[in-house]
Amino acid sequence: MAERTSSSRRAVVRAKAVTVCLALGVPVVPSAAAEPKAASGSVRLDGSSTVAPITMAAAEMFQEQHPKVRVTVGISGTGGGFKKFLESRAELRTDVNDASRPITQAEMDQAAKLGVEFIEVPIGLDGLAVLAHPSNTFCEHLTLAELKKIWEPGSTINNWKDVRVGFPDLPLHLYGPGPDSGTFDYFTEVVVGKPKASRGDYSSSENDNVLIQGIAGDKGSLGYVGFSYYEANAAKLRLVAVDNGDGKPRKPTLDSIRDGSYTPLSRPMFLYVNKASYARPEVQLFLDYLLGNAKTIVEHHRVGYVAFPEELYSIAGKRLREGKVGSVVAKGTGKDILSLYRQN
Amino acid sequence: MTTSEEMFEPRLSSRRRRGRWFGRACALLSMVGVGVLVVLLVRIGLEGGAWLNLRFLTAGPSMLDPTRAGVRSALWGTLWLITVTATVAVPLGIAAAVYLHEYARDTRLTRFIRLNIANLAGVPSIVYGILGLAVFVRWFVFDRSILSGGLTMALLVLPVIIIASREALAAVPPSFRLAAYALGATRWQTIWAHVLPAALPGIMTGVILAISRAIGEAAPLILLGALTWVTAVPSSLFDPFTVLPIQVYAWSDQPQAEFHHLAAAGIIVLLGILLPMNAVAIGVRAWHQRRKAW
Repeated sequence: MAERTSSSRRAVVRAKAVTVCLALGVPVVPSAAAEPKAASGSVRLDGSSTVAPITMAAAEMFQEQHPKVRVTVGISGTGGGFKKFLESRAELRTDVNDASRPITQAEMDQAAKLGVEFIEVPIGLDGLAVLAHPSNTFCEHLTLAELKKIWEPGSTINNWKDVRVGFPDLPLHLYGPGPDSGTFDYFTEVVVGKPKASRGDYSSSENDNVLIQGIAGDKGSLGYVGFSYYEANAAKLRLVAVDNGDGKPRKPTLDSIRDGSYTPLSRPMFLYVNKASYARPEVQLFLDYLLGNAKTIVEHHRVGYVAFPEELYSIAGKRLREGKVGSVVAKGTGKDILSLYRQN
Repeated sequence: MTTSEEMFEPRLSSRRRRGRWFGRACALLSMVGVGVLVVLLVRIGLEGGAWLNLRFLTAGPSMLDPTRAGVRSALWGTLWLITVTATVAVPLGIAAAVYLHEYARDTRLTRFIRLNIANLAGVPSIVYGILGLAVFVRWFVFDRSILSGGLTMALLVLPVIIIASREALAAVPPSFRLAAYALGATRWQTIWAHVLPAALPGIMTGVILAISRAIGEAAPLILLGALTWVTAVPSSLFDPFTVLPIQVYAWSDQPQAEFHHLAAAGIIVLLGILLPMNAVAIGVRAWHQRRKAW
């Protein structure tokens, strides 16, 4: 009798564990099925250099467990990656495309023409923080237009009083990443309107920690870095809220980045998975590993992005397993990704 | 005294002074070249020297921990690539040179071929990348593999090998050939036993320089689609690959400073392969100069 209770309790625990695993998107059945013979073969990824650190980190961790699976990550940019994802010959296509933007209509048309079915997987968020010196109390927020006025090529604003009427007479010193950085591309694209279009007379470094030190040690400073670098140094800096034109300035927080309200200075990143490739056990294993450990990988200090809520990863994992093709985000722009995925 | 003699002013000292200044200017300019090289080497050595050790040669390109990262896959990729390139380009190049210099008559067609080979040698390497992408990757469906990369590189260095080999063949005095013919040797025997051995050092110099160019090239391979983060060592011709210059490029593109040190260490490894190869080429030439019998 006592034995029966304990064994039934164990069964309940096991059932719970399975439910938890399913909820987290951890593959219980597929990996168990694939375990007997060691997985081999190759998984080919290409695409955005912004997303590449996520997939490279995932590949590195994954290969420690599955040394026989060959994972390769190319860096051709989102658009260049889609060209390889949508090669006309099926054998030349990559399995997964890293994308720092949703797939475009033209790319979807091309996929339809070639008969490539793809599954969209939201993988993480890239947020930018606009920062000032902690003693700067007058600048609660900046509008996108003010940021543009400051940063656009040819801008001569070198004093806070020229930024907005009412700001004090204080020299303005700018800090930002150099032109090789994806953060630079992203900021200039969103704020100035054209990628890589920026004034050149600011203190630049490819090392975000140098920028943090610069901003923290300069009374008139203004700069931008990836959100994860701000988070690690929050005490030394003042976070400036950004008004995207709707009159509601927002500060980047894990929540405002996650729910998409901190736009346009945060953007979602995606993986596009070829459905035919996902049928291969090694591709399945890799993606299940990536989704099962998404938070660890995406927020790893070498990667430095913001992870989505676990719920989204489990929905994405389920969509992969069920083979639900097509782009969800393309159906409703402007809405937050989690609710879009809940609906579809 | 004629007028012209009156007009002649030797101005010897000013002419000599000018000559001395010109000599100094030339010396200075040549020092600029060497100076840049020294600065480059010292800088690279300072930046990457400490990161260069055995682990660096045997580890994959870790993203999570730069202190564990290495060039194993890139080093093997380079070796595989160069093997394919040399296997294809060397026999083809030498054979083409032998045909053009020893067999072909001077017709409009052979002149056209020669002119085009000289042109091909001047085509920017990135153009070969486009060619390789269209022909080997897409048309032959070799995919973005070592085979595609090696064949593209072979095309890139082929004109260089042909031109160097032709020059080496042209440097063999015609009297060698005439003497062999006079003794009753056939054309084949003449070429195989006399002309080629005499031209071999020159051919080898050209081949080594061409191959070291292929080792250092990244542009055509990036276009081909080899800008790839690969941890595994290739095991067949159809495997994806990366090479040292591409690995260096990828690391130097990372924001964190540690990766720049890795890039510098990668450059040292690359130089460690290239400099001995060039030294061998120079050595072969010097050795050949000394024992040249004509």
